[in-house]
Amino acid sequence: MTETRNLLQGTTGDWEVVVGLEVHAQVASNAKLFSGAPATYGAGPNENVSLVDAAFPGMLPVINKYCVEQAIRTGLGLNAKINLWSRFDRKNYFYPDLPQGYQISQYKDPIVGEGEIEVALDDGEIVTIGIERLHLEQDAGKSIHDLAPKESYVDLNRSGVALMEIVSKPDIRSAEEAAAYFSKIRTIVRYLGACDGNMEEGSMRADVNVSVCPAGSYAKFRETGDFRHLGTRTETKNVNSIRYVKQVVDYEARRQIEIIEGQGEIHQETRLFDVATGKTRTMRSKEDAHDYRYFPDPDLLPLEIDPAWVEEIRATLPELPDDKRKRFAAEFGLSVYDASVLSQDRAKADYFEAVANGRDGKLASNWVTTELFGALNKAGLDIDASPIEAPALGKLIDLISEGVISGRIAKDVFAIMFEGGGDPEAIVEEKGLKQVSDAGAIEKAVDEIIAANPKQVEQVKEKPKTFGWFVGQVMKSTGGKANPALVNKILKEKLGID
Amino acid sequence: MTSPADLTLAQLRDALTKKEVSSREATDAYLSRIEKADALNAFVEVTADKARAMADTADARLAKGEGGPLEGVPLGVKDLFCTEGVQTTAGSRILEGFVPTYESTVTSQLWRDGAVMLGKLNMDEFAMGSSNETSYFGPVINPWRRNDGSNAALTPGGSSGGSSTATAARLCAAATGTDTGGSIRQPASVTGTVGVKPTYGRCSRWGIVAFASSLDQAGPIAQDVRDAAIMLRSMAGHDPKDSTSIDRPVPDYEAAVGGSVKGLKVGVPKEYRLDGMPDEIEALWSTGVQWMKEAGAEVVDISLPLTKYALPVYYIVAPAEASSNLARYDGVKYGHRAKEFTDITSLYENTRAEGFGDEVKRRVLIGTYVLSAGYYDAYYLRAQKVRKKIFDEFVEAFKSVDLILTPSTPSAAFGLGEKMADPVQMYLNDVFTVTGNLAGLPGGSVPAGLDAAGLPLGLQLLARPFDEETLFKGLAALEAAAGQQCQPENWWAA
Repeated sequence: MTETRNLLQGTTGDWEVVVGLEVHAQVASNAKLFSGAPATYGAGPNENVSLVDAAFPGMLPVINKYCVEQAIRTGLGLNAKINLWSRFDRKNYFYPDLPQGYQISQYKDPIVGEGEIEVALDDGEIVTIGIERLHLEQDAGKSIHDLAPKESYVDLNRSGVALMEIVSKPDIRSAEEAAAYFSKIRTIVRYLGACDGNMEEGSMRADVNVSVCPAGSYAKFRETGDFRHLGTRTETKNVNSIRYVKQVVDYEARRQIEIIEGQGEIHQETRLFDVATGKTRTMRSKEDAHDYRYFPDPDLLPLEIDPAWVEEIRATLPELPDDKRKRFAAEFGLSVYDASVLSQDRAKADYFEAVANGRDGKLASNWVTTELFGALNKAGLDIDASPIEAPALGKLIDLISEGVISGRIAKDVFAIMFEGGGDPEAIVEEKGLKQVSDAGAIEKAVDEIIAANPKQVEQVKEKPKTFGWFVGQVMKSTGGKANPALVNKILKEKLGID
Repeated sequence: MTSPADLTLAQLRDALTKKEVSSREATDAYLSRIEKADALNAFVEVTADKARAMADTADARLAKGEGGPLEGVPLGVKDLFCTEGVQTTAGSRILEGFVPTYESTVTSQLWRDGAVMLGKLNMDEFAMGSSNETSYFGPVINPWRRNDGSNAALTPGGSSGGSSTATAARLCAAATGTDTGGSIRQPASVTGTVGVKPTYGRCSRWGIVAFASSLDQAGPIAQDVRDAAIMLRSMAGHDPKDSTSIDRPVPDYEAAVGGSVKGLKVGVPKEYRLDGMPDEIEALWSTGVQWMKEAGAEVVDISLPLTKYALPVYYIVAPAEASSNLARYDGVKYGHRAKEFTDITSLYENTRAEGFGDEVKRRVLIGTYVLSAGYYDAYYLRAQKVRKKIFDEFVEAFKSVDLILTPSTPSAAFGLGEKMADPVQMYLNDVFTVTGNLAGLPGGSVPAGLDAAGLPLGLQLLARPFDEETLFKGLAALEAAAGQQCQPENWWAA
């Protein structure tokens, strides 16, 4: 790992940024973590609330085994250690959307320990980011302050919903890496089905810890493990998009460098990100920090996990994005970038594989990533809603490979398929789009163009660059159907250029 | 015939089955006694209509020869058990007017078995107290009085003071209680009743207002050992809604009552002999040893050197858990809410200041303190370590003995207000009982005689986890040896 990468220039020297992310991922479970109440999104206010979630007297939590299984799956997906003995603690604080007066979380003994994941950057570089831990905890409800001038409302639908908090090591070294890491975590949990990754619905969000230090200090930290080599960090809460994570790191790093270079001091504090301005602002300082009085929840037994169960879960894991990326690169000869784009999403990867199997992988990759993803993006559609199914796109590629149509015509056929669906062969047939590879017919078209344009024929001998104009004319006169290679060959012969 | 309300639970049950008396008759007899017993202040709420309706249902079943093990038997319920449609206060202003929409597992099992609910019994606020003086609804008065003619009002123990008084005064056939540090056994001891705290995990805690989760256990207060055994069989059992309840079959405890203790080994821990312990308690204990020997048990001296740490450990662990358990009473969702507040913080502060009594506030403060950053390791963590060692010490002791015999309380019933000024004096009431909670052991108190002032004294037995059968055998042996117990003279009937 390069220890002094991504330097930021200040007025007094170079700086390094160090980032750690705490990602909160809602477990994709029908029921909450400790109550049987539904955990579904979109219910009316306080409809998904049990007596346990509302903390009625005498109510007790009972662990939801499915949520534990998802935490283990995710732990395995993060290449992390599964702790066979873990425990739930109470994190005590008063707030109206926290009915118990404490959140049940895992403090000292989380269910998942250290792990690591690989993150591909835009330039194809792959960095390894360490995972510190993953623990299970309850979400709080929601306080709503803008419905009435003098009152606040509380919606407890989220109260008790299962969250996985995935804590990274301070291994993230730039805004781009932070965004890529967050995106990668999302990819992994979605692959595993452990979380739907839906940020608009609040299924995923991140607390972003940022600090800066003079160039070279990070290397000292890595050497010694001494956090004093790093700067004081701020924590920006509840950042709910990949783009915002990037903005937070960029903004915070710049802000902190400016303060330090202006002889100021960074205070350890909790900050909020303002989406409208792209800036962060103080939420509460360390002095206002709660004393959470963590202690083991006496209502719950320690969570003891049978190693055989872990193995059972491991056996059901799908191929994970890193493995898929490596396989795509090796099997289909793709670049790291293309392989990682295609493996980012399980449905997209499956689609690509269906198209690529038995075909030219690179050609398939181009059609899937450029044409299809581009069109889907424009139409605002998910891969699952693609109007073109994988076998049809495969057939289209076959038509190109077999020389039935040119790549250019294929794009028109693709557009027709995207609009109204249909079989590419039938479309080509119906619209008469078959490539003309009949040398006689092309020759005839070439002769006509040459005869009609004596000036240009003179000119091309001086300026060979104008050759393309003749190609265009021929293609135009053949409705784009002429085999481009053949057109080139015949034109060159007739014009007497090589 | 005598009033059905003079029968023991077992006698009433048999009389009901034989149709010698109806549940409605028994229920009415109790209700009319309760009506005249305001002076004792045992009930927070009497559910007369509900009781009569339940009694009629029971009679209908009995008439058909059907019915559960408690069919038609009128009971009192400590106001810590949530009861559907019936106000449940935990003795606190903060829950005044709170009517649960659900029934605690333990009480629902009693109703399943046919029992009739007479009402909700007074108690120390959130079960914090040993005299029932911390109740928002006023102290309960012990039906027993000293024989010095002073007529001084005595406390019935606590926190299950309503349960002990109601049972001792025959205002119900038996009552439910809960025991976190001695809250069943101590009040039973000072009212001449039998109180049994089963093994932690034996009864479900679901629907019982939590005080200290790792210590709270429900159990019965009853007129005799057999009655307690009958009650516990219905109260106990695994509940998937309580993760700390244990999935083990519930034995027929009544069958163990009267069983021989011949050959059982009974340990007498020398550390329970306290400095300044009244001679009468000492003498009672020796008598208990004698009774066990005469019944054929072998009595051996044992040592439990960590006993002296039990009370300090208890007064760290219990308040710590309570400080967190009571956080939910914040005026936001249910129960009392202060009328005056300007923001959410003052809503919390004023609600809790008004809603909680002094003893609850004291323990919430202690608990908050011992869990605070910088103090956690020194107090809570260390207390938990000592607690584990106390448990280990009992495990070791129970390798060589089957039961452990101790006094139940260091003194007989004391006067109202006598110990309220000094919390430590009050806390010392639990000195013999807290160890059972810390180690999760089953324990019971049985009346063993009267002191010079004519007040009842109890002896305690502790047993191995889930060995309630041996416990009942031992308690019944002591009860048999102690012989017929006196009843308190009825001075309260209006």
